[in-house]
Amino acid sequence: MSKPKVAFYWCASCGGCEEAVVDLAEDILKVVGAVDIVFWPVALDFKREDVEAMADNSLAVAFINGAIRSSEQHEMVELLRRKAGLVVAFGSCAHLGGIPGLANTFRRADLIDEAYHKSLSVTDGNGTEPLEKTEVPEGTLTLPKLWDTVKTLDQVIKVDYYLPGCPPPVNLINGAIGSILKNELPPPGSVLAPDMALCEECERRATKPDKMAQREFLRPHQIKADPEKCLLAQGLLCLGPVTRKGCGAACVKGNMPCTGCMGPTSHVVDFGTKALTAMASLVDSNDDREIAAILDQIADPVGTFYRYSLPASLLHRSYQPEHAKGEK
Amino acid sequence: MSDKDTNQKPFEPRIVAFFCNWCTYTAADLAGTARMTYAPNVRVIRVMCSGRLDPQFILTALRQGADGVLIGGCHPGDCHYQEGNYKALRRFTLLKRLLREMGIEDERVQLEWIAASEGDKVQKVINRITEDVRRLGPLHLEPEALDRATEALLPDQTPAVAEGGAL
Ligand code: SF4
Ligand code: SF4
Repeated sequence: MSKPKVAFYWCASCGGCEEAVVDLAEDILKVVGAVDIVFWPVALDFKREDVEAMADNSLAVAFINGAIRSSEQHEMVELLRRKAGLVVAFGSCAHLGGIPGLANTFRRADLIDEAYHKSLSVTDGNGTEPLEKTEVPEGTLTLPKLWDTVKTLDQVIKVDYYLPGCPPPVNLINGAIGSILKNELPPPGSVLAPDMALCEECERRATKPDKMAQREFLRPHQIKADPEKCLLAQGLLCLGPVTRKGCGAACVKGNMPCTGCMGPTSHVVDFGTKALTAMASLVDSNDDREIAAILDQIADPVGTFYRYSLPASLLHRSYQPEHAKGEK
Repeated sequence: MSDKDTNQKPFEPRIVAFFCNWCTYTAADLAGTARMTYAPNVRVIRVMCSGRLDPQFILTALRQGADGVLIGGCHPGDCHYQEGNYKALRRFTLLKRLLREMGIEDERVQLEWIAASEGDKVQKVINRITEDVRRLGPLHLEPEALDRATEALLPDQTPAVAEGGAL
């Protein structure tokens, strides 16, 4: 019997998810022994034409990382969806929109303006912007279109499973590949990680007070955190209470607060407002002005609470009334 | 897709109000029995306490077509459950900052303390938020509208992408 065929693909991503596959270390040899990797642009020289030539459904699984924000990414994931029996959204960006999803606080026009005109590193100042079509003597050159709104993978194609994390922890990748090979998968649509909050697996949990009362919210550079005590109780915005476990509390072990890359448990729709609720509830004051002053110490609520999940949030992106008008 | 998309009819704001059972809902009842009239734009949802109000409810209301959200709870010190309205206030304070950063105008989401005896305040507050939101115009957040907005900027795109499992 031939080995199952597997594809890895990246969309709007940083490359960290590709790195996570390499982090499988010797285990990658087991993976390579058990499957045929037929498409993996970061490592192997196969092209889009090669995927197009494959029969529909001939891939066992496509692991897709990165958010979707261009016409090219949209075409590629639709192509992979046709060719693959299973699609796994790999990592925070494909799962929830991830860091690139924070671009949803801007409009495309602003992004282009910043990148091609305003940024200090732009020096030639000849006003060039990327065009979708450019005529040259040899013919027409084309570029993909950048979308105005960054999307999660499941806002664009049907997704069968999700591997959370920024990037997904090695043990979860191994577990996912193992259960796919053994055909022991949970119900479709599942997130392939335990459905419990991170505090549950955190070694500092015993030091987390039952009732917390915070008058101060600190950023990591403002405090030399005690390496044993609960970080939240020390005033750092640790999102462990609302984040799915499965990473082994990697950041907390490094004395850094959890920023929520694993996303929410299945009980939560909108990670950001849930995290916001958890943090606001700690405030030790009943006076409106004092409450506001304490909460003002939290810089950038959107970037803090939706760091990995803005496109998957209930609002998806910042509200631009002119969009609403333009759409008529 | 919805009435607020038609250009001909004047815009009538749709406002979802979450009123706590013990104070504001009772006050709304009082306003009703006293035959006070107020703007018919508000759909009231009774919750046991303003502290029960998960901010996800507020965003869901906006996402599903509300142009504004009003939250009513007992005055500070009067909460039936002692602390619920303080919890609501803490969340609301941070939520407002988040919404501002997301471009949602302040007047669209309001919190008011209304005691059981203040039927007239229910009337006043509902009329005020209705006018505030009317001035701002409709909030186009329906999934379809969002995708149409994306599509409008992408004239050469094939069909609008489907909304995923985010809801
Ligand atoms: S809040 Fe953070 S540091 Fe505290 S127990 Fe939870 S994960 Fe650990
Ligand atoms: S501690 Fe939080 S941010 Fe760090 S890896 Fe785990 S889930 Fe991600």
